[in-house]
Amino acid sequence: MFSWNLFSDLNQMLSYQFMVNAFEVGGIVAVVAGVVGYFVILRRTAFAAHALSHIGFAGAAGGVLLSWTPILGLIITCVTAGGVIGALGQRVRERDTVIGIVLAFALGLGVLFLYLYSGGDAGLVISILFGQIVGVTSDQVVQTLAIGVGTLLLIAVMYRPLLFASVDEDVAEARGVPVRALSIAFMMTVGLAVAVAVQVVGVLLIFALVVTPAAIAERLCRSPGHALFAGIAIALASTWIGLTVAYYTGDPVSFWIVSLSTGTYAIVRVISWFVTRRSSLRAGRLAADSGLGSVTEG
Amino acid sequence: MTAHLAPSEPVIAATNLAAGYPGHPVWSAATFSVRQGEFVAVLGPNGAGKSTLLRVLLGLLPPLAGDIRVLGEAPRRGNPHIGYVPQGRTLDAGAAVRGTDLVGFGIDGHHWGVRLPGSQRAHAATVTAALESVGALAYASRRVSQMSGGERQRLLLAQALVGNPKLLLLDEPLANLDVRNESAMVDVIADVGRSRGIAVMLVAHDLNPLARVIDRVCYVAGGGVATGAPDEIVSGPVLSKLYGAPIEVLSDSRGRRFVVGLDQEIAHPHGGH
Repeated sequence: MFSWNLFSDLNQMLSYQFMVNAFEVGGIVAVVAGVVGYFVILRRTAFAAHALSHIGFAGAAGGVLLSWTPILGLIITCVTAGGVIGALGQRVRERDTVIGIVLAFALGLGVLFLYLYSGGDAGLVISILFGQIVGVTSDQVVQTLAIGVGTLLLIAVMYRPLLFASVDEDVAEARGVPVRALSIAFMMTVGLAVAVAVQVVGVLLIFALVVTPAAIAERLCRSPGHALFAGIAIALASTWIGLTVAYYTGDPVSFWIVSLSTGTYAIVRVISWFVTRRSSLRAGRLAADSGLGSVTEG
Repeated sequence: MTAHLAPSEPVIAATNLAAGYPGHPVWSAATFSVRQGEFVAVLGPNGAGKSTLLRVLLGLLPPLAGDIRVLGEAPRRGNPHIGYVPQGRTLDAGAAVRGTDLVGFGIDGHHWGVRLPGSQRAHAATVTAALESVGALAYASRRVSQMSGGERQRLLLAQALVGNPKLLLLDEPLANLDVRNESAMVDVIADVGRSRGIAVMLVAHDLNPLARVIDRVCYVAGGGVATGAPDEIVSGPVLSKLYGAPIEVLSDSRGRRFVVGLDQEIAHPHGGH
């Protein structure tokens, strides 16, 4: 099937409607995940984002049990749980413990719901846990687009105060930024983003789209704007390349998306380690040459 | 917004003020005022309520009793005429945020939405002017995470100054600075305050680095607040009365003063800020 004529390969792949749908839904989710991920990394709420997806698993399974579409159950539970986690605030010491406990309980509930629904239909479980991007219908693409645009609008409205509060909560609060309300609104928005991202990579691999691209961008960029766009680009690239590779190899799409983003992260870390090491060696030599024992900072 | 203060009107006027948490006042019966353009050092032991005082002035903590006017009105959160630098927090080590971004928060960080492309140039000019006034222009385009403590403190000062405040509240801006950076920082704050007529309340542990620039001392200890000239307040009898324990103030040959007392006696029972 793969012919090394990339243009005809691409044409051939996109002649299938399910692949077009997958590219569209993957693209929307990647953009949303890249944007939301930037703030997730900045606010150090990666664990909370991960937990939201597990809580969403219970919601999706519960939704299926009530014969809703899984996305509805996902959205309701992710957004609600996001609001609760946001209300816990950044400073609560037991926050991660509480999130961990709720996460475990949600997984238990999810398993029960799925058992009640199907007696343990492995196919459904796997599609929620690992994503089912190639099974997306055109209606779902439109639905995802609507939710995705909504998420981006919410972030755009919150952008400046959210950035301020994420970097320096104390000063932001003194300047009149409603930090607590923002924390709640932001985590609810993360819930929305996670709910749509789950369709692509599934509950277990949510890090691949929400956390990893933003973490790479944060290492590469100096300014918030650049980091945001780099995060989007990396998420888009891993999703679309992952889809293409999986199409030709027949491997699960999630596997390739995760592998590409994780591989990029590893490469960036190794390179930045070398760069820092070289520049600190050079600084050390300079200091030695000028007769100073150590590097002074000004 | 804020009414223009008459030249004689104080920037801060506190009468019988008490602050802390309901049932646990940290200090009470504080009556003091701060004049326009005055440089006041807020001193006192850990946990005596120095940060609590700043939180009351910022409108983040309602007073328990008494009356407090800041810039002619009741304290309120988000007063644009107050510049604030809280106690040295570690700003997120990995964040992709430059010094210029940090200073920019002081201009429009509290506004909703994204900055419009049309206002980008004016924004950058205001940021540059603030950076110049604290001597931080050279390194402000670097990531905040790659800066030293002294560099970061200057940026936070620029952020507090960018809105042209009438009052600066600085919580331990000298903590974790080496001697050279400490005295440079004191000079920058004193220069900016004097040249722009900004009243400064600066929380510090030690009077000595500030002695040559401050007008008055606000000493918070033993559940009370005493304000006056440095010589008047930082003296054995006044501090002994404030602490309710024998305190001695020793001077060395260069005029530096050292407060000597029993640490366990001066620790405030309620702790807190």
